[in-house]
Amino acid sequence: MESIKDKVAIVGMGCTRFGERWDMGVEDLLVEAAYEAFQDAGIEPKDIQAAWLGTVFSGISAMTLAPLGLQYIPITRVENMCATGSEALRGAAYAIAAGVCDIALAIGVEKLKDSGQTGVKGPAIVGDNPDGSSSIGSGYSAPASFAYLGTRYFSHYNIDRDEGKRMLAEIAVKNHLHGSLNPKAHFHNILTVEQVMKAPIVAWPLGLFDCCGVSDGAAAAIVVRADMAKSFRSDPVYIKGMAISAGARQGSMRQDYDYVHIDENVRAAQQVYAQAGVKNPRKEISCAEVHDCFTAHELIVYEDLGFSPRGGAREDIFSGTFTLKGELPINTDGGLKCFGHPLGASGLRMMYEMYLQLQGKAGPRQVRNPRLAMTHNLGGNAGAGIGCCVIVGNEK
Amino acid sequence: MVGITSIGAYIPKYRLSLEEIGKMWQTKGGPGEKSVAGYDEDAVTMAVAASLDCMKRKGSQADGLYLATTTAPYKEKQSAAIVAGAVDLEKTTHTADFSNTLRAGSAAIKAAFDAVKGGSAKNVLVVASDCRTGAPKGKLEHLLGDGAAAVMIGKKNPVAIIEGVHSLYSDFTDFWRTEKDSFIQWGEGRFIEEAGYMPLMTEAMKELMEKYSFTPKDFTKAVFYAPDSRNHAGLTKALNFDKNQVQDPLFAKIGNAGTAAAMIMLVAAFEEVRPGDRILFATYGDGVDAFIFRITENISMIKREPLMKDRLDGSVPIDYGRYLLWRDLISVEASSLPERAEPSLATRWRERKIIRALYGSKCRKCGTPQIHPIGQRARVCVSCQAKDDFEDYKFSDKTGKLFTYAIDQLQPTKNPPGLNGVIDFDGGGRLICELTDYDLTQVTTGMAVEMTFRKLHQGKGIVNYFWKAKPI
Repeated sequence: MESIKDKVAIVGMGCTRFGERWDMGVEDLLVEAAYEAFQDAGIEPKDIQAAWLGTVFSGISAMTLAPLGLQYIPITRVENMCATGSEALRGAAYAIAAGVCDIALAIGVEKLKDSGQTGVKGPAIVGDNPDGSSSIGSGYSAPASFAYLGTRYFSHYNIDRDEGKRMLAEIAVKNHLHGSLNPKAHFHNILTVEQVMKAPIVAWPLGLFDCCGVSDGAAAAIVVRADMAKSFRSDPVYIKGMAISAGARQGSMRQDYDYVHIDENVRAAQQVYAQAGVKNPRKEISCAEVHDCFTAHELIVYEDLGFSPRGGAREDIFSGTFTLKGELPINTDGGLKCFGHPLGASGLRMMYEMYLQLQGKAGPRQVRNPRLAMTHNLGGNAGAGIGCCVIVGNEK
Repeated sequence: MVGITSIGAYIPKYRLSLEEIGKMWQTKGGPGEKSVAGYDEDAVTMAVAASLDCMKRKGSQADGLYLATTTAPYKEKQSAAIVAGAVDLEKTTHTADFSNTLRAGSAAIKAAFDAVKGGSAKNVLVVASDCRTGAPKGKLEHLLGDGAAAVMIGKKNPVAIIEGVHSLYSDFTDFWRTEKDSFIQWGEGRFIEEAGYMPLMTEAMKELMEKYSFTPKDFTKAVFYAPDSRNHAGLTKALNFDKNQVQDPLFAKIGNAGTAAAMIMLVAAFEEVRPGDRILFATYGDGVDAFIFRITENISMIKREPLMKDRLDGSVPIDYGRYLLWRDLISVEASSLPERAEPSLATRWRERKIIRALYGSKCRKCGTPQIHPIGQRARVCVSCQAKDDFEDYKFSDKTGKLFTYAIDQLQPTKNPPGLNGVIDFDGGGRLICELTDYDLTQVTTGMAVEMTFRKLHQGKGIVNYFWKAKPI
């Protein structure tokens, strides 16, 4: 089996400001993200030979991309829950690697705030049938399905409630600090640990500030054959590995699953490291965007991706390992927590930040001399998820 | 001899004190409290709990199930079939609803007695369950409580044989509810007492005793229905029963539990009887059904626990606001969260085995018990990937431990916050499900739980029953 390493390059990216975009519809968000990417890559819309559109709720089929006015090219809509944006990138990159096209667009969009509702609809209320027709399952919310991780982590490592809450709060505080430096982020407020700890509980142990924003937004990438990349720009970003690992409900049905890690994350990370040739992720990865839909998930992701040893995330959190100035900066753009989480756009938004970092264009958020950067999503939730990792680098 | 072979009861955990009602309406509430079904309970779920208790106390299956209630969730559609499914009776079990009168419970006992005697059934589980609602501010709001009780009627090792039966009917209008009434209507109190309850009950019980040549002193226990404590005391006096002979009607603890009221008292009476004792049992509603039960040596075969006292201890007081919410007596603002999908008839039909008695599967290859609320009919084993090689595996009768949980402020529930958890069953298998009847201050990982049949969210007018976990 051949690796995708260094076969595909990203030569242009775009990302809208995330937030409650009352001023923009799905079509506006798509056009804004796509045209920023076209301009960044120095191409015209007519240069795009194929497109992959990711959205969970904000449209169906290729017709959702019609507002871009692309002329009779193949367009595929993909959906893989919160990994949808990364899935669009994977589709486009695989097509380039297969040699069936040279320039492709990956774009993700979500318009969550037109519903008039405060949460995320549909499958986010876990337990209902995917087709929305039933059901008998438990009516717990998305935060509850991630609260399980926090509750169990505290219990497993014998961490008392206050200490546990404080540990999670540090993650939120970090991501808000990073987000405050990012004009495109949904939130710009800086929080204190005390504020996070005192916020109203949403699903114990998760409080309001342990949960990511429900946002509107879109992000896009132009991918090309790696050997063509330098003809577009001097600083392309090369794909080093892409992996998806889907669970089959093992965690929600088998007692040997411990709720202090997620196998889907672990497997996706193992695959992507193998593809990229990464042996020691903590040392070799320069910065990462991980799926901090809830702080309790970012906590275990540190360990799942091998950034912290098992049970060691707490120490790394309190010592500032993952802050901008730390050893391995994580969620430098504010993360889902602060940049916001328009489901279909999020994977590509993460890549947008890693792309900027690798090009040295992240401004006040710039990490020093990055070489390899990583994105990570989890679609679904602990027990039945879709782990997704992508590694990119600025050298071929 | 045909008789009662087992008994069971269920009283919901929650209590509304008369003082709390009095506070609401600025009236003298008085002492006492009434039991209130939880927000996820109704006559069917309480009947399931009482039936399971009855079946557990003296391990027996039933080939008939009669449900007596005036508060069936459906006007058209049988509740007994729902109960029979939840307690996992064979498909050939004869099920029937007895309804429209508080005498429905005794009507069902009589029918079960005749069926067993006539040989058309071996063991008939008779369960009475009621969840009646009096209009706010009215007398019945003070009076009516919720509960269920069950008796198994059969021939094998009866704990009590039925020595005599006597009935009379009367088209006496005292309490009634038409299809359009939200609340029970009732006539003037002294009229009911003087023209209805007292004369009818006195007549029927005297005739019964005459028919079988007994006098009040021949009975260890007199167990009889009364609309309230005043009538109960009045009848005790009118029939010359000693206070010690008369079974406590539990008005101050439970209230008047409708069709279940007399049967709950009967279950409590069984805790205190000895072989040879006689019980006079009478129910009232559009007439009277009166029975003589004689306790046999088999009474020791029946598991005594839980005692009625155990059921009444550890109750949880609720405030009037919560009572209104649970009973659908106030409208509240709709949640701004996305609505849950409505139940699908087809899905519920396909998932009937898991809904009814929480059946999952056990892999024949690797032995792993497994269950999942969506697409529960396992096709490929979650552990060894063997295909279509399973046997049915029942989870509803298994205990388990709470592996992890979330206290969910967002869950649409009438008892916020919701509690959801990952249940690891003793003997294998894991289920993510809702919890109920918990004390949030006591919830912890490792907590022991059992399964209970409850209502989930509703939609399309369907009552969406499923199983939840509750602390043991």
